Amino acid sequence: MSDTPVTYVRKEMLGQKAPPTSEVGPVRWVRENLFSSPMNAFLTILSLYAIYVVVSHVGPWLLNGIWDAESLTECREIIAATGDGHHSAACFGVISARWHQLVFGYYPSELYWRPILALVVFLVGISPVMFPSLPRKLYIVTLAAPLLCFWLLWGGSIWFPVSIALGFGVGVVAHKLLDENVSALAAIIGAIVLPLLFWLYLAGPIASGLDSVIPLGIEFVPSRSFGGFMLSIVIGLSAIVISLPLGILLALARRSDLFIIKTCAVVFIEVIRGIPLIVWLFTAQLLLNYFLPPGSSFDLTLRVIIMVTLFASAYIAEVIRGGLAALPKGQYEGADSLGLNYWQSMQLIILPQALKISIPGIVNTFIGLFKDTTLVVFIGLFDPLGIASAIRATTEWNGIYWELFLFIGIMFFISCFSMGRYSLYLEKKLQREHR
Amino acid sequence: MSTLTDPPKPGFRLSQLIYDTRYRSITIQVIALVLIVGALWWLVNNTVNNLNALGKDFNFGFLSSAAGYDINQTLIEYNNQMSHGRAAMVGILNTLLVAFMGCVSALVIGVFVGVLRLSKNWVVSRLMAVYVEGFRNVPLLIWILLIGAVMSESMPQPRDFRGEDATTSMILGDSVAVTNRGIWIPRIGFTNSISGEEAVAPIEGATPVASGGADWLLVLGTFALSLIAMRFVRMRADKIQHATGERPKTWYQLMGLFFVPVGIVLFALGAQIVTPYLKGFNFTEGTHLRNSLIALWVALSLYTGAFIAEIVRAGILAVSKGQSEAAAALGLRPNRTMNLVILPQALRVIIPPLISQFLNLTKNSSLAIAVGYMDVRATLGGITINQTGRELEGMLLMGAFYLALSLLISGGMNYYNRSTQLAER
Amino acid sequence: MKKTVFFGALTVAGLVAGAASAATLDDVKARGSLNCGVTTGLVGFAAPDADGNWQGFDVGVCRAVAAAVLGDPDAVEFVPTTGQTRFTALASGEIDLLARNTTWTMSRDVDLKFEFVGVNYYDGQGFLVPKALGVTSATELDGATVCIQTGTTTELNLADYFRTNGISYEPVPIETNAEGQQQYLAGACDVYTTDASGLAATRATFENPGDHVLLPEIISKEPLGPLVRHGDNEWGDIARWTLNALITAEELGVTAANAAELSMEPGNNPEINRLLGTEGELGAMLGLEADWAKKAIMAGGNYGELFENNIGENTAIALARGLNAQWTDGGLIYSPPFR
Repeated sequence: MSDTPVTYVRKEMLGQKAPPTSEVGPVRWVRENLFSSPMNAFLTILSLYAIYVVVSHVGPWLLNGIWDAESLTECREIIAATGDGHHSAACFGVISARWHQLVFGYYPSELYWRPILALVVFLVGISPVMFPSLPRKLYIVTLAAPLLCFWLLWGGSIWFPVSIALGFGVGVVAHKLLDENVSALAAIIGAIVLPLLFWLYLAGPIASGLDSVIPLGIEFVPSRSFGGFMLSIVIGLSAIVISLPLGILLALARRSDLFIIKTCAVVFIEVIRGIPLIVWLFTAQLLLNYFLPPGSSFDLTLRVIIMVTLFASAYIAEVIRGGLAALPKGQYEGADSLGLNYWQSMQLIILPQALKISIPGIVNTFIGLFKDTTLVVFIGLFDPLGIASAIRATTEWNGIYWELFLFIGIMFFISCFSMGRYSLYLEKKLQREHR
Repeated sequence: MSTLTDPPKPGFRLSQLIYDTRYRSITIQVIALVLIVGALWWLVNNTVNNLNALGKDFNFGFLSSAAGYDINQTLIEYNNQMSHGRAAMVGILNTLLVAFMGCVSALVIGVFVGVLRLSKNWVVSRLMAVYVEGFRNVPLLIWILLIGAVMSESMPQPRDFRGEDATTSMILGDSVAVTNRGIWIPRIGFTNSISGEEAVAPIEGATPVASGGADWLLVLGTFALSLIAMRFVRMRADKIQHATGERPKTWYQLMGLFFVPVGIVLFALGAQIVTPYLKGFNFTEGTHLRNSLIALWVALSLYTGAFIAEIVRAGILAVSKGQSEAAAALGLRPNRTMNLVILPQALRVIIPPLISQFLNLTKNSSLAIAVGYMDVRATLGGITINQTGRELEGMLLMGAFYLALSLLISGGMNYYNRSTQLAER
Repeated sequence: MKKTVFFGALTVAGLVAGAASAATLDDVKARGSLNCGVTTGLVGFAAPDADGNWQGFDVGVCRAVAAAVLGDPDAVEFVPTTGQTRFTALASGEIDLLARNTTWTMSRDVDLKFEFVGVNYYDGQGFLVPKALGVTSATELDGATVCIQTGTTTELNLADYFRTNGISYEPVPIETNAEGQQQYLAGACDVYTTDASGLAATRATFENPGDHVLLPEIISKEPLGPLVRHGDNEWGDIARWTLNALITAEELGVTAANAAELSMEPGNNPEINRLLGTEGELGAMLGLEADWAKKAIMAGGNYGELFENNIGENTAIALARGLNAQWTDGGLIYSPPFR
């Protein structure tokens, strides 16, 4: 070959051309994600239009909201004075004037620290269950939390919760003594019967006796003063906490081989689940007193908590039954082969695992229950919706709807959404651990 | 050990009841039975004592006494001179109506949204996520109240339709009126009604029409027969296809069977569309979908639809990708892949939670109380109890109704579920 | 009282109220507060104010009874009840006294086992319509949509009235007054019907009360009064005579302002002296202290004062005394003598 330079061969590479604008960046993203087919384009435009309609109607109303009006009339005057008459505006004055009622109901305002402290105690108490990395010492708080919260919320003499706690102490001591000296069966019977006897006949006199000697207590707040989100949380949380042991027993009973016990559990669960909560609430209000001995009558709030607890226990039982069923059979067989009896195998092997996988389900049940506590408005309790209608019944805020609904809805959304996320996180974590 | 060498003692010792596993389960059950029966007896005894103390008795005689109150939405004939039992029946039918409508529309919404949430279209899937989360995390009661308030606050009043300076008008060719008292839609009346109901002219000068249960039974019966006949045609086509490999064209037969018999029956009955019109305070004629029904129905369907959407989404995601790839490898076209491979598998995951959502919706229909929809809770469990003071009997009946309904739905759905389930090893 | 010690203990905690036993008076005294059933909110009759304190005409009756029995007009637990829940609340013993504009009817008195202790407001069922509707009489309401509270006598009256007049209507059932007001103002019903006093109270809270009129027809007699459970006559007597004391006090000119003074320096009107307990033993007959009526009157004033302060012509509700004037002024308010 000669040295003739080959001029038509390019020696250096051309620089990369920028890709066509339709293939990069936002344009490509938009094309591929939003307008990839006529159907998709149609859906995109429809969605954008729907968003536009909602935002253009609600946006100005929200942004022009009046926060410092004392009454609806005043608020309307402010709107009329500032706007051109076409734009509507929200009267959030009702929120700033009455938020404390929506949150605490008619709880005395100087005592707001008590429900807040009770919530903190509860959260601390539940934290070792929710986040296993925390020190196990916190379980002491978990044990004390129910009675402590009860005392903080209702107040009154401290000796009443103390005497209830003593009953549990009696049970533990009886179990230990009888187990060592007599037999395991006697221990179980003793641990159930003795505390009951203690509560029935001794707790009252002890509490009032101690109270007359050392009157130690905080101001008593009647249940009627409870309201707003506080009431929803109190009903929801106490129902879930009390229904857990009941639900576990029901789930075990439903999986049991003993025909009568199984049948009773099935009937109870199906009857509770087959009838709407609102019917149960009316039952609590109208009929519960018929079922009790003549002369006894519970506080309505307490009756509702009892009813909601029974209601929740049926749902919790089903959740835990799912957890029990999800355990591999080898776990049951392993427990049997170790020679453990039924209660030992449940306590040491089956339940710890089954409960752990049931936690997301329990959280979901709680979310449902928390939302359902709004139904108590129909039997005259002041839950957030009840407070909202009480606010609406006053002369100042007669005729205000959307703002109150919005506030209540957002509060519920925030709490339920975050709990839902927590339960999702747990589910994912459990899936990872089981791999 | 002595027990190994000694022959077991014959006879029965009391301690065997506790220590012998053969007898222990019986002992435990007997004790449980005694405790449960005792508790029940205690409750019943208390109730009897309390009723005696109040001077009340326990009987259902009130069901046959005159109710005295009016109900706005009645699916069967009712007036205030009829009995409390009849009023309860009206309420039961109203509950069933809204539960049925809610289940159907919640399913449609749920499937739509569940599929759209998996769409690659970012805007659409985000929007659906907002809808699902928004409805799942806010109490149903708030949605019912909100939708009820939107209906009554922002729709025009019937009188806005009146006169020369009407501020609003009916839509869809003057056939549908949307007001804050509900929506009036056209109905079908029959000039040659066989129901024996008195024919009335809907508007002065028009042909008198009537419509009754017998008419609709005839129309629906004919339609059902058509559907059966269509099935036969399809089966015959399948047979021919199996035998010869070629499927005869059947679409014209199917179309004919679908439309013609019903058309003939409707023509014979003299079916006419009766549109609503404004008379006095309200619209008249047509079918009135009341605010209470609409608010409850829409809220129930949207709320339950959000839950069903999640179930559908999870069901579709649960079918592994290998299934659709395998189907493609077999040469199945995409829609056949969907119909024959993905959906049947997804359905098995979807149906059990779907049943419980339908059950929830049915139970949640008792929230009718929030918007004044006259369901069984409002008639039997509300006004009747209140006017007669028979709360124990009324609540028992209502509880029994809901329980029976729930068991019926879950029983029926479980039966269907079992028939679609894989036979497991 | 048949209560286990456990319930006693819970009572210490304030959660269980022993009630529904034979002696309501003992229960109330043991509890230290009166459970009084009221409406969920009807301005002028019973509604919580911004601080959650209940105010109103019916509330005044509750406070007077609490003052007579316990000496403290604030020792009242107000239990809000709806038209549907009020009777069961009373029957079950959840409340001791129901002061919730409840109509005295025979079946309620006899069949539902309650005892009405008197009438504190003579009312009748009326119709509220917007002026723009151009309706001047209830007989023109053929085909109208009517908002009505369920579980009330008004529901039955309405059915009867439209039936006798041979006209039709469309009932819109509602649960509370607030709800009825919303529906009515939004125009979801043409007419709102309930007791005329309730209508006036509701109209008073409207933005433009002048745009709405009460139709002239009053279609029923609605004697509203407090009631107690059947069978506890001592308790019924206390409620009845507390109400009568308020009425008598107005007749005799005893007011919240001068009651204390009149009992310090007994005058020479023997009936006033008997009422205020400076003469005779009327209080002891009821099992109460001698100055029970004085405390009841000082709780919120006599009948006339309660009326004027809560629903009278100087308030937003602006109800005239009408039938509810003293018998001496031509009304129906009449108390048996204190003797």
